[in-house]
Order: sequence, then structure tokens, then C-alpha cells
Amino acid sequence: MSTPSSTSRPTATGPAGDTGGAREYTATGGDWDEISADAMANPDERIVVNMGPQHPSTHGVLRLVLEIEGETVTEARGGIGFLHTGIEKNMEYRTWTQGVTYCTRMDYVAPLFQEVGYCLAVEKLLDITDDVPERATLIRVMMMELNRVASHLIALGTGGNELGATTMMTIAFTAREDILKIFESITGLRMNHAYIRPGGVAVDLPPGATQMVREYIPQIRDRIGQLEKLSLKNPIFLGRLQGVGYLPLAGAMALGAAGPILRSAGLPFDLRKSQPYCGYETYDFEVPTHTDADSYARVVLRFKEMRESLKIVQQVLDRLEAQDRKGKHPVMVADKRIAWPAQLSVGSDGQGNSLDHIRQIMGSSMEALIHHFKLVTEGFRVPAGQVYQQIEHPKGVLGVHLVSDGGTRPYRAHFRDPSFNNLQTLGMMCEGGTIADVVVAVASIDPVMGGVDR
Amino acid sequence: MADSTGKGRGRSPEPRTTKTAMGATHDVQNFDVDSDEDKSALEEFFAPVAGFGVTMASLFRPVVTEQYPFEKKPTAPRYHGRHQLNRHPDGLEKCIGCELCAWACPADAIYVEAGNNTPDAQYAPGERYGKVYQINYLRCIFCGLCIEACPTRALTMTNDYELADTTREKMIFEKDQLLAPLRSGMLSAPHPMVEGTTDGDYYRGAVTGPTAEQVDWVREHRPEDPSLESAADPGRAQGGKR
Repeated sequence: MSTPSSTSRPTATGPAGDTGGAREYTATGGDWDEISADAMANPDERIVVNMGPQHPSTHGVLRLVLEIEGETVTEARGGIGFLHTGIEKNMEYRTWTQGVTYCTRMDYVAPLFQEVGYCLAVEKLLDITDDVPERATLIRVMMMELNRVASHLIALGTGGNELGATTMMTIAFTAREDILKIFESITGLRMNHAYIRPGGVAVDLPPGATQMVREYIPQIRDRIGQLEKLSLKNPIFLGRLQGVGYLPLAGAMALGAAGPILRSAGLPFDLRKSQPYCGYETYDFEVPTHTDADSYARVVLRFKEMRESLKIVQQVLDRLEAQDRKGKHPVMVADKRIAWPAQLSVGSDGQGNSLDHIRQIMGSSMEALIHHFKLVTEGFRVPAGQVYQQIEHPKGVLGVHLVSDGGTRPYRAHFRDPSFNNLQTLGMMCEGGTIADVVVAVASIDPVMGGVDR
Repeated sequence: MADSTGKGRGRSPEPRTTKTAMGATHDVQNFDVDSDEDKSALEEFFAPVAGFGVTMASLFRPVVTEQYPFEKKPTAPRYHGRHQLNRHPDGLEKCIGCELCAWACPADAIYVEAGNNTPDAQYAPGERYGKVYQINYLRCIFCGLCIEACPTRALTMTNDYELADTTREKMIFEKDQLLAPLRSGMLSAPHPMVEGTTDGDYYRGAVTGPTAEQVDWVREHRPEDPSLESAADPGRAQGGKR
């Protein structure tokens, strides 16, 4: 029964008991007529509405607390934590290698970025950054850039779906499917790959992989072109997005936003250019910016960035093929104390350790067998110290802070997920707009709650 | 907070700012939304309704929907599917119960209990075999660290992905569900190793199939064993040791 009450009960924006004597209605299980009649009788009351965490347009389990005046949002706050899974804490109880399987699940739309960020950080702590084979770095760059396209496609597709443009979603997911097929053939999984490892990558590309990627790229470009045609000049799309979710440069910088949000305000901030890693300084690509600082600008930027990413992929493919012509190249550091011992091969009995490896460890070398056991059970030791590694995630700056006490597991692993920081801009973007604009603004932030809550 | 914001903050001020922001790398005024091709004047004119063109063209594009479960598309060869416990060519199990897979598993999904091989019950070459082997598919994350850890290629991953079931108990796969079926010519365990071999010979690939002695041993101890028929076939690989 929903009776108006002025007793202290938890409210949307304040702590329990801090209603300030305000009238409160609970809109569950009661008679709505009664509530609305009472609200009409007291028109000066403020109305606080909960949007989410189950609302389909809040991108997963994001809870939005909106204070509204008619259709206008006067105050907007985000409620997070509904997808908290304790990934960082769990990583403290796993070896450095096993940690990859955990951090890949943070921002599950862009899993390879967490993997690369984490592995670069571990490599920095081990002081083997320069020893990582070139081929492993090339593969990492290719996987990251393909993943960037996939992540932006999700942002644009689901964003369009929330505006009612279901076609945006179907086309975006179709294009993403091509990328996931590439991932499946290279890593064996479509998401959450655990493919990047400290010291390199788990396994080399399968035969014909570069050719396969080349064949998929025109298809992906074509679908991106379809999305552009559907959205960029569409009067309804323009009407919904232009001028909505406005966040000027000063606001974006003050709130620590990065990625397309910051670049849409005009700052060409991209870590691939400003602090290159994985050899990004050797690729020819541009950092698109915009000055409108609204949701539409962010959509335009995502389209531009996808095309730039595909440009990088083409350059990586050229280099990988040039390497292929020169014979076999390692994909893992030479240091056997760190390199995971496995050499996987696919046979009629499925995928498993290659028979050559078995023959060596079980048939001839007891030392190799002991080493295999030590690395699998205990893992490798990482010198005590701490490290901070940043990479350019599709959504902004991904920071990885690792602390080692010299053991085989992290003492502490912390991720600065871009979605988390970008989500802080929510209030600035939404307040003063309408409820419908909130949906657009949140879509332009593109938060993934797996990353926000970790 | 609410009183300080006022209306209109979510909307950009009109007219929209056009001043070049600090160090922008692009000519923002002539921002080209479709970098692939220069648009003709006609295309520019019809751009607001270009979406209809996409819709019409879609009528003539091949359908991308996959008709699962009526048509199953094969996965990539490397796909991480259901696990399989393999056998040596003579039918002995490859798993030696070392528990490395359980150690490597980041999700604690594997439980292994080793048992001692005896002359009466020799399941795997060498001293020990996997007596209890369980994989909990409610925990498994299919990362593949277990197959990378397995020192005997006993554990591999197949491309089988249809793992859903109705109860939690059924999702814990036991050894008999995971063990690879006997291929034609293999002799079901337990039976003695090929005479005159060590476990090292098995890992070096020296054993190619069951020998007559092994067949005789099984015939004596388990006369009803269905694998006897194909293993005893003289046309089959009566290889023993190469």
C-alpha cells in the first residue's frame, strides 16, 4: 500500500532519514491514482525518479536517479555497483598469468584492451618490455584495433537502438559478428579471450589468418558505411543528438573524462599519439576531433575512429605478411622463466599441447618437465615494486596499477576503467535536458558496467 | 545542486561554438563524415534519406541470420569447447592424475583425484592414473589454461559447444562423460602396458596399437569386453612397439 508518509525512509538522492520532512510516495504495489491525485494536490513537491538499474536504455545495470520538473531533469546522479564482481580482489589470489583471464572480463565489450594493458604493466615490472617479440606486438595491435571497432559498433548500435532505430543495432551487430569471427579463429573465443599473456601472446596466428582478416575488412567497412548513411544526416537522428549531452572541454577535463568525450570537445588527446606503446608511433593514423562537444559529435568521432582503426589494421597486416615471408617468428619472450611452456596444436582429438612438447617434457628432459610443473603450479615471480601503465581504450584512458611484493601473485591490482570516469560526466550532461535526452547522453558516454564496477 | 544548474545546461549554448579548440588536428569546419569517398552534389542532396537506400539495398543482400539449431555452423578449429580426455593408441588413458589442469584453472572448475595403477588394473602408462576427474561446467570459463598445462595431451578441447542442461548436478561432468570414446582398434582400459615398454615410450609415440598379449589379457579377465572384437582383428594395427 502506498501511503504518503513523512517518516524517515531511504530516499533516492539522500541517506536514509534525510528527507527533510518531504512528502514521499512509493510507486510499487499501490494505487497509482491515489498517488497522482495527492501529487497534484501538492504541486510544489519535487519528484525524484529512479531510472534503472533494469531500464533497457541505461546500458546494463546502471541506476539513474533523476529529479524532474515536468519533463526536465533538474538533477541527475548515477548509481553504480550492481555488477560488482570483485575482479581486482580475485586477481590477488591468482598467478600473474591467470590474472589475464580475470581482467579480460572487466569491460567485456573491449576485452583485449584490459589484457594488453595488464600485460604491458606486468612486463614493465619484469623489465622485459623491450624483449617482447615484434610479432607478438604486431598481433596485439591488430587485435586491439579490431576490438576498438567492435566496441564502437556496440556503442553506436545500442545507442541507435535506444532511440528506436533497431536497424542501427542489427547492422552494427552484424559487422561486429565479422570481427568476433576473426577473434574466434585466432584466439578460440569470441569474447574474454585470455589470449594476450605477460611476455607475448598465447599462440601464433593460425595459417591464413592475415588473408582472412583482409577479406573481412571490406565487409566491415561496408557495414560502417551503411550505419553512417542511416544516421549521420538523418533529420530525426540529428534532432535527437545535436546539442544534447553537451559537455565543454573545461567540464570534460575537470571530470577526468577521456576518449571520444574529450575529443568531441576539441582536445586531440590520444595516448597512442601522446605516450605511444606497442609501437603505435610507427603507424600512420590520425586522431579525429570535433568541437561541438555534444552527443552527435561523439557519434561522428566514433565513425571516424573506426575507419582510422581499420587503417591501422591494414598496416599491421602488411607487416605481419612481410614477417611471414621471412619464416617463423616467436610470439613469446625467449626467457623460459617467464614464457608459458605451452605450444598448442589442433589435432583430430581437439586442441591441446603439441606432441613435440609432450615428447620433450615427458620423453626426454626431466628438467623441462620440472620447469613445466613449476611454471604451471607456482607461476613466475615478479620483482617487488609498483607500476602504472596507461593505454588508449576505445572509451578513454585505461590505467593499470599493479603492486608486486616479489611473489607469484599481484599484491594489488587496480584498473582505472575509462567507463567509470566517463560516467562522472553524467550529471553535467543530463541536467537541464529532458528525460529523453538522458537516454541519448548516456548512450554517448557508452559506459560498460562490467568495467565500471569491476 | 539543482538550483545552481537551472534549465538549459544539458543543451549547448546557441549559436554553437565554432572556435577551434586547442591544437585540433583536423579542419573541423570541413569535417568529412564519410572519409571513403567524396560525395557528389546529388548524394549530398539525398543524404537525409539515404537510410531508405540502405533499407532497399538490404532486400537484395544475402541473409546473415544463422538458422541455429536447425543448421549448425562449424566453429573455428581453435574454438574452446567441451573438454575431452584422450587415450593412447592401445586404449590406455593419457591422464596420469598429476592435477596440473586443476592448478592452472583460474576458476577452480577441475577436480582430480589420482589412483595407483596395479598389475590387475593398469589404466594409464606409468604409476598413476586419474581416478576421479570432474569438470564443473558451471564454473569453467573456457580460457584453455588447463589444456596448455596438461603435460601428456590427455586433456584437449573439442569444438562441441552445446553444453546446456537442466540441473546443476548434470553440469558437473564426470570422467566417463569426458573420456574420449574408444576408436576402432583400441582396447579398453584397464590392461597392461605393451610388453617391454616404459611410459616414456608411450610419450615418444612408440606405441601404435594394442598387441596380442594385451588382447589376450583382456580376453582372460573380461571376456565380454566389446572392444575385443576390433582390437583382436588381425587386419588392425597390431603394432605394439615401433
